Amino acid sequence: MAQRILTFSIFRYNPATPEIKPRMQDFQLDETPNMTVFIALNRLREEQDPSLMFDFVCRAAICGSCAMLINGRPQLACKTLTAELPETITLMPLPVFKLVGDLSVDTGTWFRQMCETTEAWIHTDVKFNPKAEEERMDNAIALDIYEAERCIECGCCIASCATANFRDDFLGAAGLNRVARFLIDPRDQRSPAQVFEVVGTDEGVFGCIGLMACDDLCPMEIPLQTQLALVRRKMMAAALRCQCQK
Amino acid sequence: MKWQDTHITEVLVIGAGLAGERVAVEAASHGHECTILSLVPPRRSHSTAAQGGMQASLGNVAMGYGDNPDVHFEDTVKGSDWGCEQDVARLFVNLAPIAVRQLSYWGVPWTRVVPGKKVLPDGREIEDLPEKEGLIAQRAFGGTAKWRTCYAADGTGHVLQYSMDSMVIKLGVTVHDRMEAVALIHDGEHCYGAVARCLRTGTFRAYLAKATVIATGGYGRIYGTSTNAVINEGTGMAIALDTGVVPLGNMEAVQFHPTGIVPTNILVTEGCRGDGGYLLDKNLHRFMPDYEPVKKELASRDVVSRRMMYHIRQGYGVESPYGPHLWLDIRHLGTEHLYTNLREVCTICGNFLGIDPAKDLIPVVPTQHYSMGGVRTNIDGDAYGLKGLFAAGESACWDLHGFNRLGGNSLAETLVMGMVVGARVADYVKEAVMDFPPTLVSDAVKKQEERVKQLMTAKGTENVYALRKQMEETLLNKVGIFRNEADLKEAVATLSDLYARSQHLKLRSNGLGPNPEVAAALRLPGMLRLALCIATGALNRQESRGSHYREDFPKRDDANWLKRTLAYWRPGADMPDLQYEDITINELPPGDRGYGEATGVTQVGD
Repeated sequence: MAQRILTFSIFRYNPATPEIKPRMQDFQLDETPNMTVFIALNRLREEQDPSLMFDFVCRAAICGSCAMLINGRPQLACKTLTAELPETITLMPLPVFKLVGDLSVDTGTWFRQMCETTEAWIHTDVKFNPKAEEERMDNAIALDIYEAERCIECGCCIASCATANFRDDFLGAAGLNRVARFLIDPRDQRSPAQVFEVVGTDEGVFGCIGLMACDDLCPMEIPLQTQLALVRRKMMAAALRCQCQK
Repeated sequence: MKWQDTHITEVLVIGAGLAGERVAVEAASHGHECTILSLVPPRRSHSTAAQGGMQASLGNVAMGYGDNPDVHFEDTVKGSDWGCEQDVARLFVNLAPIAVRQLSYWGVPWTRVVPGKKVLPDGREIEDLPEKEGLIAQRAFGGTAKWRTCYAADGTGHVLQYSMDSMVIKLGVTVHDRMEAVALIHDGEHCYGAVARCLRTGTFRAYLAKATVIATGGYGRIYGTSTNAVINEGTGMAIALDTGVVPLGNMEAVQFHPTGIVPTNILVTEGCRGDGGYLLDKNLHRFMPDYEPVKKELASRDVVSRRMMYHIRQGYGVESPYGPHLWLDIRHLGTEHLYTNLREVCTICGNFLGIDPAKDLIPVVPTQHYSMGGVRTNIDGDAYGLKGLFAAGESACWDLHGFNRLGGNSLAETLVMGMVVGARVADYVKEAVMDFPPTLVSDAVKKQEERVKQLMTAKGTENVYALRKQMEETLLNKVGIFRNEADLKEAVATLSDLYARSQHLKLRSNGLGPNPEVAAALRLPGMLRLALCIATGALNRQESRGSHYREDFPKRDDANWLKRTLAYWRPGADMPDLQYEDITINELPPGDRGYGEATGVTQVGD
């Protein structure tokens, strides 16, 4: 196959120069073997435009920093091979999150807020005893918790979520998966009724309209559909129990 | 500067990886106000990339029975090639089990013991006893006498960071992400905080604190190829060195990990070999037992990396467009094991190599991985040279690792040292008073603002990315796994020339706002100072110890070199000033490691 010249059509905006309106800018780059969007963007910055803003940290698809819209699809740029893309590649920042500049968005603030809203930490009255043996846990439960904890907070599920795109306060799949992670953890003493207070709403689990783009696009392949269903089921049960007690 | 933008806090932590967050959590739980600065949101930190695990002598699994802090101590000291502080190592091994259990209490889903008989890949039969069911499990790692590495499936660093950060959020610790500390504010005696550049707006701001803690991780990215995240540029070490009074310890001690993948240099975990993987050469021959009949693939990292490079130099490497490499073979561990306990490895191989390690061999080569050196501190974490300055984790030289760190001891160090330093910082700020000389603060901020102005207007000629590339290649080619006087002299000369040229940078963009070229230009001189500390330290040290291997001085020399390098950068100097200090050896006198060149069948480099 002849070597391709790729055209990257990239969203540009620097908040420090608001007089220059947001625009698309085209760059040409020769494709090299095994080229990823990570390699391409770094070359563009070093060789053509050092002001180009984007985020990479691990470049190994484990930190979640580099999600962006690649030809309209939210995905991790570091593991996207250019060979799998057409000659013209459009790069846009993720929607929903606040723009920092060009392809860089502020996912950190969004996820911290989500963690604060859902109180995403272990709630327990037990005091830590440094002299005691650890509490025991069935390895199957440990693996279940781990499965939910694999979320890397990249924001692909949020960016692709119809509800999140029109409701600022929707927790999204990442948020509900985080709730599921603590629901199944025996160390967390919150009752389903307490969790219901937080997520048994339209901002929470009942805001999902079931399009399931989150499940299709999760780069970690977390079974978000199953996790959402688990939270819904538990919340439904908690709600019914409350009703019966009234 | 705008005084109204100044942020005042009791404890300022620079870096939100595991070490920084653990310090903040400890200080905050003692009731102190903490602020963390981070280049990225905490959960993006490089700590999350540690797949393998964390050493603590719980001894819950069959191959770990009988383990205790004494055995862990001995492994750590031998691993360091007697370069570590033994009182630090003792404190560390005693606290590591507590740290692991505390993390469990905070929510880490550690993999647990499942009782029953098992057959290891080498045919040995073992039995995990029912009375240990559900306790935290351990796996094998290099350079250890027992299975001691606690792990959470294939993503230990990730879940540790997420649990740590959940505590940071619970305790209401302030985190300012996309905020880069670019200078410490100090008067030569006290540290008063730091000047930071906001990576959202490009503006500078002063952070004032009673105690400042550097926890910025390693400097891997000053090497051309590294397993490290792209943010690991040694910025915290560089700003400490820049004070002129804080020394960096043992900067020549640079770890190369045996299994970076070719190309892209992404790490595949030591767990691959710990769980029974082999290293093969171009003839598909398993060569490590030829060199290391006892530990085989599980000698310490410095030794395995050297054996691999030696084997490649003997002509047994597999040729590729990216240079010769060797193979890592984990096919025989079975699909189920691979896709549970080594799933991350499978994902990386699938994404970046397009192969399936259950069926295919993985191309690997030793790759820069870890900085044993860093901001020299005492056993409490106080940095040498400035009151009110502390350091923790990879950016510190505590000095737990000496000249080679054992796999699984870095995650453990972040959490144990974080706990120790956090408690020390809490005590310190209880006694300390808030007192800042205002002109010192405004001058420090002005100095950084001037640097940017200078960059935007100066008539310089040098391109930041071009200089940087030359620095990376010089270190990689001349200050790598095998070192010698001629190469090191050349490296020092090249780096020193690059350092001079880095004073005359020319921006090619307008430099406005959160401009990444400005960020790179501000960092480069500091990175070159670190590079010079590494190269001069390596040139001076005329012996081989741990990861520092001199072809012209292939033996460890305890008579002359049982000491630690301290590199200072005096104000206005163009080269580091190297001093030396004694190492604390209070339990285990220097001896044979039980693996490596002293005992192996083949004498590498001899």
